[in-house]
Amino acid sequence: MLDSQRTWEMFRYFVRRVLQGVLTFFGATFIVYALMFANQTDPLQTLAGERPLPENVRQALTERYHLDDPFIVQYGHYMRGLLTGDFGISLTNRSIKEMMEQAWPVTVRLALLAIVIAVLISVTSGIISGIRRGGPFDTVTLIITLILLALPIVVLAPLAQLFFGVQLKWFPATAGADPGVYQLLLPAAVLATLVMATEIRVTRASVAENLRSDYVRTARAKGLSKRRVIGVHVLRNSLIPVITLIGLDLGNLMAGAIVTEGVFNIPGVGFNLFRGIRTEDGPLVVGFVSILVIVFIVVNLVVDLLYAVLDPRIRYE
Amino acid sequence: MRGHFPLKMAVGATAIMLLAAGCSGGGDDAGDEAFVVSIGIGEPQHLIPSNTTESNGAEVLAALYTPLVDFDANNNPVLVAAESIESPDNKVWTIKLKDGYTFHNGEKVTADNYINAWNHAAYGPNGMGGSYFFARIQGYDELNPKDPDGEDGPQKPPTPPTNKLSGLAKVDDLTFTVTLKEPFSGWRSVMGYTVFYPLPNAAWASDGVLKEDFEQAPIGNGPFKIKGKWEHDSKIEVEKYDAYPGEKPKIDGVLYKIYQDQQAQYADLSSGALDIVTQIPIENLASAPTDLGDRFKTSPNSVFQFVGFPTFLEQYSKVEVRKAISMAINRKEITDSIFRGSQTPATSFVSPAVAGYRENSCGEACTYDPAKAKAMYEAAGGPKQIKITYNVDGGHKAWVDATCNQLKTNLGVDCVGVGEPKFADLLTKVEKKEDVGLIRMGWLMDYPLMENYLGPLYGTGGSSNYYGYSNPEFDNLVKQGSAAKTPEEAIKIWQQAEDILARDMPVIPLRHGQNVFGHSERVKNVEVDKYTKVELLKLEPAS
Repeated sequence: MLDSQRTWEMFRYFVRRVLQGVLTFFGATFIVYALMFANQTDPLQTLAGERPLPENVRQALTERYHLDDPFIVQYGHYMRGLLTGDFGISLTNRSIKEMMEQAWPVTVRLALLAIVIAVLISVTSGIISGIRRGGPFDTVTLIITLILLALPIVVLAPLAQLFFGVQLKWFPATAGADPGVYQLLLPAAVLATLVMATEIRVTRASVAENLRSDYVRTARAKGLSKRRVIGVHVLRNSLIPVITLIGLDLGNLMAGAIVTEGVFNIPGVGFNLFRGIRTEDGPLVVGFVSILVIVFIVVNLVVDLLYAVLDPRIRYE
Repeated sequence: MRGHFPLKMAVGATAIMLLAAGCSGGGDDAGDEAFVVSIGIGEPQHLIPSNTTESNGAEVLAALYTPLVDFDANNNPVLVAAESIESPDNKVWTIKLKDGYTFHNGEKVTADNYINAWNHAAYGPNGMGGSYFFARIQGYDELNPKDPDGEDGPQKPPTPPTNKLSGLAKVDDLTFTVTLKEPFSGWRSVMGYTVFYPLPNAAWASDGVLKEDFEQAPIGNGPFKIKGKWEHDSKIEVEKYDAYPGEKPKIDGVLYKIYQDQQAQYADLSSGALDIVTQIPIENLASAPTDLGDRFKTSPNSVFQFVGFPTFLEQYSKVEVRKAISMAINRKEITDSIFRGSQTPATSFVSPAVAGYRENSCGEACTYDPAKAKAMYEAAGGPKQIKITYNVDGGHKAWVDATCNQLKTNLGVDCVGVGEPKFADLLTKVEKKEDVGLIRMGWLMDYPLMENYLGPLYGTGGSSNYYGYSNPEFDNLVKQGSAAKTPEEAIKIWQQAEDILARDMPVIPLRHGQNVFGHSERVKNVEVDKYTKVELLKLEPAS
């Protein structure tokens, strides 16, 4: 009976979150569209660069892209398209849907690989340094995390490319538009450093705290093996904050790979967002952002539901 | 197990290297290995000739299309796809095409292909970026009616009554005539530009309407044909077109690899994954000569960098003030220390890339002389503060700040560089007549004539004359030059016009551009021309 009550609770929670998600989606896309509109000075001149833009060309393009319509009309145009799955065309006359079909898989691959690398390294070393606090391993990881935190990716990415790609030639210097796992390894590792430091610290703190808690003492007193105490009880409870962090990082990595994608020439989401903002291409930016919003909403939901699996005491209300 | 790790790495790396070599080698195992050269470019905006006014698209189209004329070392036009281009009065031009040229789909190139393409390009509602090149042809105005209540008004411009230029007429299959509004001796050179390429019949969905996806796989009349499709943000591949009747390329194909970032291009060149980088970024210039040795090269291009004085700003209205500022700038110091020799000091109002260029036509006004500059500036009562506005997305901050420092030291004034996010933002401020100070400008020529600098940059109402310089005497000379009987006469008159600029100083010439390029050991005879394009017909395998 308790079980069915719990399932019902979870279902209600799920539905409520999905509805909230829909609201978030519309709110976020509206705000982004409004910001793009406010930022727009003269996208056609921006596209032409420093070249003169002939009057007739300006007229024809303004009409084609509805650039002279008021904000609410433009937004209406855009939303009507979006709800029917039509993302519109970019200012260079490319289908935004096609651009997304090309960019998303690459970025998802890159972000997932980065997360795998980050989690493998940070959870392992976080646990070890949490158990052996103050030991040499703990000190060394602390120093490494400090270095990683201090090195911004604009420095790290070109350095890694120069060292491992150009000089040692262990990896290709750039990954290109359709990279395999091997080509993505170097950029993913660079990207992973972005989140690794925090993940290590959070894992370590969480493990350390749980080791001191009552239930661990009880488990030890009952005579459970150290392996079981740590492997089952401590780990399971320590991972809750880490999983929250990983979930949020996944979204951040997808949106925040602008520098890495630029350095390693990966035409993914970050690159397209940058291009869209630079050319004041509202539909292009909003198209990518709306998918990003969905990613964030889904990941957050999954993370929240995962809590229940890890800790049965957590209630959904 | 640990000992195996580096070995695995090495094996993996070798496999990738082999794979990469296979890719750039064309990957054709049967018979002779095809020799494909990879060139780094940015994503083109368009691949329709009349809509291609930026260098990435022009670079690719140059492989796919053959122009009517090309230019020799002295910037004089030489016939390529044209058998002859004649005009008795510089107004009606008769163009006879060479026989034997075909499009890549087998169609014969005829006069109609040119006429149809040019009509489409000039038709206003098509919104082709290069349409203004056709403005000299009779009938252009009918195809581009004015918006009755201006650009911002609610009314739409009327639909043109026709979609054909009245100045274009077919004589026979291989001959057509172009009638200009006014005589222009340089018209032969103008037709060498990208927007004047012909289009095959297969390009049209209906009369005057281009097929939607034509630019995804353009069909041209050039030495190379497209292989597959334009893979956006990734690559464009072209291969030798066997039925090409002109000068044959010595390579089998070109792989244009698309990069977002020039530094990534350079990284690929250094690691051997790319053959040619046409513009090595400033960040890599310190190490490039050592990295590449004799594969690091420079050649002049037509880029001209300068700052303009908006005429609506009272404080710069005295010519002595403008001259003094110019004389207080040490151009050489900036090209050496900031551009590391990748640009050269400019002391003329046109680029060395055009016939008629004279070194130091600007004279004393462009000669560095801080003492004289200061005396002149103070005597003329120049403003206490000088502002230079530039766009921050073009890497201009370093030299603007350096220029400001020179002005501070040499003129004893306050000087600030003001960054605007984009060039368009700068233009908006100029249009509103805000106090922007000096404005940063750059110009890349479309066709190699002095007129291509004089007209758009300094003519009254010139397309890039954002600072509003206007001198009827100057306009008159430019016009007279354009109407001159021969190109030589034209140059003489245009040079007189340039002398007026040296007197009026509407702008300060600063630097001429250079191609700073590098290539791999696989290729030789790599040359980059004044339009920043790789000369494909000269490229050769290194061994």
